[in-house]
Amino acid sequence: MSSNPSAAQPSPIGDERNHARRFATIWIVSSIVAVPLVILLLGPILPPGNGSEQSSGQVTDNTVLLAMATPVLLLIVLYLFYAIVNFRQPKGAALEGPAVRGDVRIQTWWIVVTSALVLSLAVYGTVRLVADNGAGSGSGPNPLTVPSGPKLPVQVIAQQWAFTYRYPTYGGVETPHLWLPNDENIELHVTSLDVIHSFWAIQLGVKADANPQVDNVAFVKPTGVKTFEIRCAELCGIWHGEMFDTGHVVERPEFERWIHEQQVKFAPATKNLPPYSTTYQPEPVRRGG
Amino acid sequence: MSIFARKLLGTILAVAALGVLIGLYVADWATSFPKSMPARTLPGNSQGADLTLETVAAVGSKYSPSHPSWVSYLIRSNGQWVHNTDYTVPANSVVHVTIYQFDTPTGLRNPFLSQVQGTEGGTATIDGKTVNAVEPEEASHTFAVPELGVFVPLPGVPEESKHLCEEAPCELNMDHRTISFSFRTGKKGRFRWQCFVPCGAGWYFGNGGPMQTFGYMDGFINVV
Repeated sequence: MSSNPSAAQPSPIGDERNHARRFATIWIVSSIVAVPLVILLLGPILPPGNGSEQSSGQVTDNTVLLAMATPVLLLIVLYLFYAIVNFRQPKGAALEGPAVRGDVRIQTWWIVVTSALVLSLAVYGTVRLVADNGAGSGSGPNPLTVPSGPKLPVQVIAQQWAFTYRYPTYGGVETPHLWLPNDENIELHVTSLDVIHSFWAIQLGVKADANPQVDNVAFVKPTGVKTFEIRCAELCGIWHGEMFDTGHVVERPEFERWIHEQQVKFAPATKNLPPYSTTYQPEPVRRGG
Repeated sequence: MSIFARKLLGTILAVAALGVLIGLYVADWATSFPKSMPARTLPGNSQGADLTLETVAAVGSKYSPSHPSWVSYLIRSNGQWVHNTDYTVPANSVVHVTIYQFDTPTGLRNPFLSQVQGTEGGTATIDGKTVNAVEPEEASHTFAVPELGVFVPLPGVPEESKHLCEEAPCELNMDHRTISFSFRTGKKGRFRWQCFVPCGAGWYFGNGGPMQTFGYMDGFINVV
């Protein structure tokens, strides 16, 4: 044990200032390097890809979120390592650390900066949602904003455990698979015949809850011929994991050929369908009650 | 070793052993499936296989002591009805299915499934008559393999029938409908099949109980 305990404790104020300056320098330099790397290297490969105008917008949003989160993450992780390296208890010593006291200046900065970050993200998110007509999400039966120009209405009908699709402008034909024309505004009307499901067209950036008795509208404009994955995104029973399909985006002539083929193929079923409606009250429920 | 160290070591070993046992139990439970029943291979040079099934309003205590009142599918194997919904069929071949349907109608939630889809010729034979659709409200069950595009509605026995089968096994002298169809298998795989009629009596929207429990109104088609 030291005969003079105060000798083992260096001047705390001067040391704290040095640490603060040094750590701030490390953090700022790291952020200046990391943020462009995140934007340029990670941004282009972020989900859900560029299958539609909406999904491309989501890639941009995810990039913005990640770019803003990167300095915060670096602050925490770098400080952790900085503390481990610099504030270790010397071997063999049993020192009492300096008393922790509040610092009004730091606390104020912390509250101001984090509030500004969160509020600016909230504003950004709201603007993007409105500007992009819901950004591929289900916007309820009366969306606040609607894309201008013609739109192809397609109904998504969920039930345990399959999605089917109805095209009201093509005689109300219902099909077991989803085909969409490229580069056109699509107005999806998502509903359910039983429990809560969620229609998720992954590469198109569309996710809309499929609720019984609810017409949940989502807009999407595919950008390019491709196939895309469809999944149910709401745990809906024993075969939820099997509720998937592959959708197709094709050029308009190919779509016309396909839809007319479906009209012929499913004519017997179409005769049995109820008139097109935004929601359905399935009957009968004799057994289920 | 101090007493504390020994206690600590003992506790760690006991917790680890318990964790391993729980892990083994869960792994065993998660990977246990009923034995798959092979379809009957057709004799001679005929290609493909036969699946003979029946649908019953109540599976009975003989086949399901825990849920005797549940609706279910059964398969015919070696002259006996067996309570199993996991079937094995050959790849790249035609599977001929015959279903004896003993249950009364419930009706389809989605009338789109009233059309026969994915079978040879897009049709099924119901009581000797070839059809491509049934009335949606007459459906009692469906046999559907969505990944293979197969959807076959099974019409119900009229409720006023005099010889309704109460519980399995149901024999052919009871009132029933006979549905037969064929579908072509492709590559090997394990495909889910299910009933799309909400036929779980007494459950919310008819989709609970036997509709949510593997081995009654759903199963797998193993294409090998």
